[in-house]
Amino acid sequence: MGSEHLLLAVILAAYLIGALSALGIRGAPGRGLVAGCALVGALAGLGLGAVSLGGGQGSTFAAPFLPLTGLALRIDGLSAFFLIVIGVVGAAVAVYGFGYSAAYEGRHSLGLLGAMLNVLLLSMSVQVMADNALTFLMAWEAMSLSVYVMVLTEHDQPGTIRAAHWYIAFTHAGFAALVAMFLLLSAGDLTTSFAAMRSAPLAHGVRNAAFLLALFGFGAKAGVVPLHVWLPMAHPVAPSHVSALMSGVVIKMGVYGLLRVTIDLLAGGPAWWGGLVLGLGTVSALLGVLYALMEHDLKRLLAFHSVENIGIIFIGIGAGLMFQSYGLTTLATLGIVGGLYHTINHACFKGLLFLGAGSVLHATGTRNMEEMGGLIKRMPRTALFFLVGACAISALPPLNGFVSEWLVFQALLGGSAIPQPEVAVIMPIAVAMLALTSGLAAACFVKAFGITFLAIPRSPEAEHAQEAPLSMQAGMVSLALMCAALGLAPSAVVRVIGAALSGLERFAPAEVGFTLGLPLRVPGAVGEMSPPLLALGLVLLLGLVPLGFWLAGADRRLRFGDTWGCGRIGQTPRMEYTATAFAEPLRRVFAELYRPSRDLSIDFHPESKYFVQSIEYRSEIHPWFERVLYDPLVHVLRTAATWVRRLQGGSVHLYLVYMTVALMVLLTMARWGR
Amino acid sequence: MIGYVLEVAQAALALVLAPGLVGLIRWMKARLQNRRGAPVLQPYWELGKLFRKEVVVSNNASWLFRATPFIVFASVVAVTFLVPILAVPLPFDGVGDLLVVVYLLLLGTFFLSLAGLDPGSPFGGMGASREMTVAALAEPTVALAIFALALSAGSTNLGQIVARTMADPGAALSPGHLLAFGALFIVTLAETGRLPIDNPATHLELTMIHEAMVLEYSGRYLALIEWAAAVKLLIFFSLLGNLFVPWGVSVTMTPSTLAIAVASLLAKLVVLAGVVAVFETRIAKLRLFRVPELLSASFVLALLAVTSSFLLR
Repeated sequence: MGSEHLLLAVILAAYLIGALSALGIRGAPGRGLVAGCALVGALAGLGLGAVSLGGGQGSTFAAPFLPLTGLALRIDGLSAFFLIVIGVVGAAVAVYGFGYSAAYEGRHSLGLLGAMLNVLLLSMSVQVMADNALTFLMAWEAMSLSVYVMVLTEHDQPGTIRAAHWYIAFTHAGFAALVAMFLLLSAGDLTTSFAAMRSAPLAHGVRNAAFLLALFGFGAKAGVVPLHVWLPMAHPVAPSHVSALMSGVVIKMGVYGLLRVTIDLLAGGPAWWGGLVLGLGTVSALLGVLYALMEHDLKRLLAFHSVENIGIIFIGIGAGLMFQSYGLTTLATLGIVGGLYHTINHACFKGLLFLGAGSVLHATGTRNMEEMGGLIKRMPRTALFFLVGACAISALPPLNGFVSEWLVFQALLGGSAIPQPEVAVIMPIAVAMLALTSGLAAACFVKAFGITFLAIPRSPEAEHAQEAPLSMQAGMVSLALMCAALGLAPSAVVRVIGAALSGLERFAPAEVGFTLGLPLRVPGAVGEMSPPLLALGLVLLLGLVPLGFWLAGADRRLRFGDTWGCGRIGQTPRMEYTATAFAEPLRRVFAELYRPSRDLSIDFHPESKYFVQSIEYRSEIHPWFERVLYDPLVHVLRTAATWVRRLQGGSVHLYLVYMTVALMVLLTMARWGR
Repeated sequence: MIGYVLEVAQAALALVLAPGLVGLIRWMKARLQNRRGAPVLQPYWELGKLFRKEVVVSNNASWLFRATPFIVFASVVAVTFLVPILAVPLPFDGVGDLLVVVYLLLLGTFFLSLAGLDPGSPFGGMGASREMTVAALAEPTVALAIFALALSAGSTNLGQIVARTMADPGAALSPGHLLAFGALFIVTLAETGRLPIDNPATHLELTMIHEAMVLEYSGRYLALIEWAAAVKLLIFFSLLGNLFVPWGVSVTMTPSTLAIAVASLLAKLVVLAGVVAVFETRIAKLRLFRVPELLSASFVLALLAVTSSFLLR
């Protein structure tokens, strides 16, 4: 117990000192203090998560810690797991941020950025430990607002303010839904502890309403389709280490909230809950990757992939909820474990990829992939780390992305245990869409890595790019190692996640059929595999082939020459394949979805139309959702705002009247309500 | 112990037979087209020649370009240890199931596509883009075919699937199995770069996929890639042969059953090679943008396979 209290004190103190000192101290010492405090806080959070997962039972923290009454903290398995997620990415981001934010020196408010980074990490840590709705909601709002401030860091860049507006609108719509949801669950008293909420008997309608509100509120934060439109706008414009934190961890708070409410507070529900989450997950996964493919802004591409991966996590959770409603506890656990495994995996590889993209942005000053190229020779380490992340997110064995996708696949295959005809249709389609998603993700990351890092530079900026400073490399290497470790030791990770779920009554995984040891065997003998042996085999074979060459005395001559250009000498970057060209076949295949606008104008020679002077080609894709769903909504809001504006006459007398009337109405209502 | 020896023997057999399989298809195609054709052993001579040749690497290429042939080859060879080519259950059956096989092959495709982009040649980029498109679109069919097989066998592990079909011979003729076979056959053509998706015989850069992607490779690197491609073809053929028609696969691992297993493997490969040769003679290459139609047809077959397995259980 003692060590847990100490670690909690360290977390709170480190983040608070970091936040305060950021506002006071300028220059490199300030940045160092911000990074150091965030690092200490994140590592303490990591330690706290590990200690409480090892201890087994959850522990409640006494109130004297907290100056405000009404706040309550408690740590159980689920909170501990998410503390680990925050800690792993937070620590890497803190170190990386020290080097990365140097570029902001003098240009933007560095103090505010550092302070908000610490506030964000603090609020997320408090949030996963919250034991009543009030604490949860306050931490939630602190998290949302600190992200808002950081998104606005580069407010002088075009598009930033618009992105921040979209972000704040969605986050507050979600917040309203969450307040309503908690009011339903706690019967109006937000200081009711979660334990009391668990045991409160609720009518079916109320439970369903609470579930839908939770799905909306947490879905908006997680960026699940169709509530994702803010995500590809807001994530890219933030400073890259903040983007890494947003994509890696902040959207996972939506996953945490959804799990906390659906499988813990509500303890599962009817089959359609799972079906809805599964369906939303499938659509998000597929649309996320399809829009990512068409993106040439490296950070926007990564942001769309966050939508995709949240989709995969939702598929796992949805399948888990569905199995649970049919009483298949082991398979339900398998689904949730797959979802949680993908949560920490995505935190690591997406954090890594955003940090890598940040290094590229730092070196070239652009996010446009069409102006990059050849960076593998100029930034070899960044390239290697980005490649690790790209392989992991494309679910290539033996890295971590593959293991969690394999678990989700196995959960879906287990769906055959449900003797329902509608499940017989849903599960295969989910399997197929998940497979298509992972195939397209691989195609997209061949594009992302190939165009950005390989071949010859497409611009002078890329030509003169420099490797990232050591602190940034350290941040990336820690996450790259995590990707490998999470991929190679799935048995250990599954054991940790099993411990994280052990407090949840209806998902008792005490007797989960995962066989631990080298092979990872899933319940009901659906499948079995062993990533460490697989990795060992691949490494052995990689070594054996050159050895065989050497033994067989194969020719070892190697000559460097020009790339074949059909006889043309002198290759220029204009001959290279571009990102647009790379994605063109898939754009044609999915043209029905994209509906690209095309604008081709050819300028002919006045003498003869066989001589072309210039060709201008412009093609744009407007995401379908913004057109169909949000344009009308924005229109309605604008109209309503014009009406409301009439109230704001500018006269102080008028405002005094409003206040008096409001006060009278409230007093009367309070009197009646008694 | 015998199991591990068998694993190595099976991988070695796959490596040795693979170029011959490619040669056999080429020879059969030539005969069907009234040509004399190169001897079946021709691919071996080609590999031998390539191994003795000097390598030329583009100035623009990075270490990735030079590492890729080894990664591709290693991933394909790793798969030969997991797939039941001669016998079940193999000791490495628990190391990887059918999903692992699919994603290991995707690993090779991923790196080969990256290597296609590395020298900065438009041909490589074009090949890489098309290869990834086809690979991505084939993925859902593969997953559903796995689903259909796993439904009837209760497992995605290859040994289990083979054993279950052998125990219940009627299952081999169930609609689910037949439809899944059809789906996986189309995917085999797509994944191994055969007609009507890709033309392995062409050297016209604008129509080819795989050949364009590896255009910059030469010497021993090219040999490794060509060999890996041949082994990949053999893997897909033995998956088609042994998962759907498992008879002949050795279960007891005695010398006589192993001899039968080798013989039946050869017979299955020859039959499948014949089918592919006839196919490639009878049909023309599809336009690239009509390939998705073929792949969606295979997807529908696979979906029907799963649904019928569900309903007819």
